[in-house]
Amino acid sequence: MAKVLIELKNVWKTYTMGDNVLHVLKDVNLEIDKGEFVAIVGPSGSGKSTMMNQVGILDTPTKGTVLLGGRDVSKVNESKLAQIRGKKIGFIFQQFNLIPTLSALENVILPTIFQNVPEEVRDKRGKELLTLVGLGDRMHHKPNELSGGQQQRVAIARALVNDPEIILADEPTGNLDSKSGKQVMNMLTQFHKEGKTIILITHDTHLVKYSYKTVYLKDGMIEKIEKKH
Amino acid sequence: MFKDYFRIPWKEIRRRKLRSWLTLIGVFIGIAAIVSLITLGEGLEYAIEKQFESLGKDKLFVFPKGGTWGIGSSDLLDEDDLEVIQKTSGIKIATGLGQGFAGFEYNDFIHYGFISGISTDPEERALVWDAQTYGLQEGRLLRDGDKFKVLLGYEHSQTNLFEKRVELGDKILLHGTEFKVVGFLEKIGSPPDDQAAIIPLEAYIEVFDSGEELNFIIAQSTLGEDPLKVAQSVEKELRRKHDVDVGDEDFDIQTPEQFLESFSVILNIVQIVLIGIAGISLLVGGIGIMNTMYTSVLQRTKEIGVLKALGAQNAHILYLFLVESGLYGLGGGLVGATIGIGLAKLTEYVFVLAVGPAFLEIKINWIFVSAVLLFSFIVGCLSGIAPARRASKLNPVDSLRYE
Repeated sequence: MAKVLIELKNVWKTYTMGDNVLHVLKDVNLEIDKGEFVAIVGPSGSGKSTMMNQVGILDTPTKGTVLLGGRDVSKVNESKLAQIRGKKIGFIFQQFNLIPTLSALENVILPTIFQNVPEEVRDKRGKELLTLVGLGDRMHHKPNELSGGQQQRVAIARALVNDPEIILADEPTGNLDSKSGKQVMNMLTQFHKEGKTIILITHDTHLVKYSYKTVYLKDGMIEKIEKKH
Repeated sequence: MFKDYFRIPWKEIRRRKLRSWLTLIGVFIGIAAIVSLITLGEGLEYAIEKQFESLGKDKLFVFPKGGTWGIGSSDLLDEDDLEVIQKTSGIKIATGLGQGFAGFEYNDFIHYGFISGISTDPEERALVWDAQTYGLQEGRLLRDGDKFKVLLGYEHSQTNLFEKRVELGDKILLHGTEFKVVGFLEKIGSPPDDQAAIIPLEAYIEVFDSGEELNFIIAQSTLGEDPLKVAQSVEKELRRKHDVDVGDEDFDIQTPEQFLESFSVILNIVQIVLIGIAGISLLVGGIGIMNTMYTSVLQRTKEIGVLKALGAQNAHILYLFLVESGLYGLGGGLVGATIGIGLAKLTEYVFVLAVGPAFLEIKINWIFVSAVLLFSFIVGCLSGIAPARRASKLNPVDSLRYE
């Protein structure tokens, strides 16, 4: 049996606004194994983003436990959590979220700064990754000098720079034309083949063809889980 | 690693050039004021100290109480006092001076200035010369046997006082009496001195009908004696002669050192007040930095969320923002120090043109400038504490969602 990497056990996430109590996640249970390609799919308002925050340990549950590598994240302090996040999870966002003042290369190596990676090592790694995503000739360009597809590839390189076990992609193709979107999805497939655990959050059911396991969310609950063989 | 915490904020500062400059202006006005005021004060102190050094620390000045340099005082000193001082142990030599304010007439013009009567004895005259830091520009000094002869201040050798310059050998009326001009003094730099005249004491007594009265006495202590101790002995002897108790003296004794000290005290008080005012403007500058930083935190909420998702801990975010505000302070300090030094140099230039080099000589104190830069960096950091803490405490989920 494959090793469980992330485990959500009876997870509830509740927001209270005045007298209104909103249960965004209701008793969710999910296991993600090491090396899986999982898509979490659902319409807007289904709790997708909240799910991503839980899986990406950006947030802790109101009730229930989230285990990352067997460790209960709600028992870890915020600084430690940030450190684990930076090391184990690479984030890819819909809006790329590059830092506008930094060049492509500086953006890529940004996560290494918080992990105290030596300068020579991280520069070399940053250049390798930018070359890998086909931007070897754009290293010193600022984000606003790059196209959307190029920016997302910089973000992908950034997600890989600390060699994380998990890549968490939140609507990575949402702001891209179909050609760039396809390029991004092919890259994710490639990383999966190389042993990374890929978690894709999307409302676009066309993308489930890339994943091996698809989790359908509806109204804060898991409607069904489909697996390919 | 350390470098990154400077590089990233530096790029952020350069991104918003206008806002950064406006923030800097708030800081550098205060810094420029502080740097120029302190540099000017030091320049003034330095120049005055140099003057005192050239007159020698072994000199003592005795005045009647109440009037500086003996002017406007009721009880003057007299020849007997001079004799007492001359006999005090530790005193090498002492000489009395008369000083009055009177009209100078020449070429049908009249101006009013100080006239000093000094001894023509070569040794006593040398003492006065030293103690008053006079220099001869042209002609000759007063000598034994001179009576209605005069040495004129520098401005008399120019055309401004009488519409034409006074020539050596010319006659000039001082307080209604005719004197023959034998020499001109070098420029001193202060108009009252440069418009004054020196005549033999003998002539002074006659012209001003001053009898045995003296306006002040200059004495010199013997080599190897402590001038302050000698001053105390002189004070004791004079107290006995005048039959007064300690605290009721009708005379005043000053040594150059005391003079310098009281001058420093006054200068320091003036400086403290001015720097206090400059400090207030720096405080306003600090608040400007704080305002800029709060705006910056708000505008970059999403970026902060991204950094946190990428593994930045609260402390990392705190450093980034603290350094950014510190850099605003340092930048303001650099610009301000440059402007401040420039202002001080400009003042020196104008001052020397206007009144001569005697009272101001600017030296740039690099230790002080470095301290100011460090201080301005710290002011920047302090102003950034509250905004940086706010940034570091932002919740990653909410900030990522912020648009």
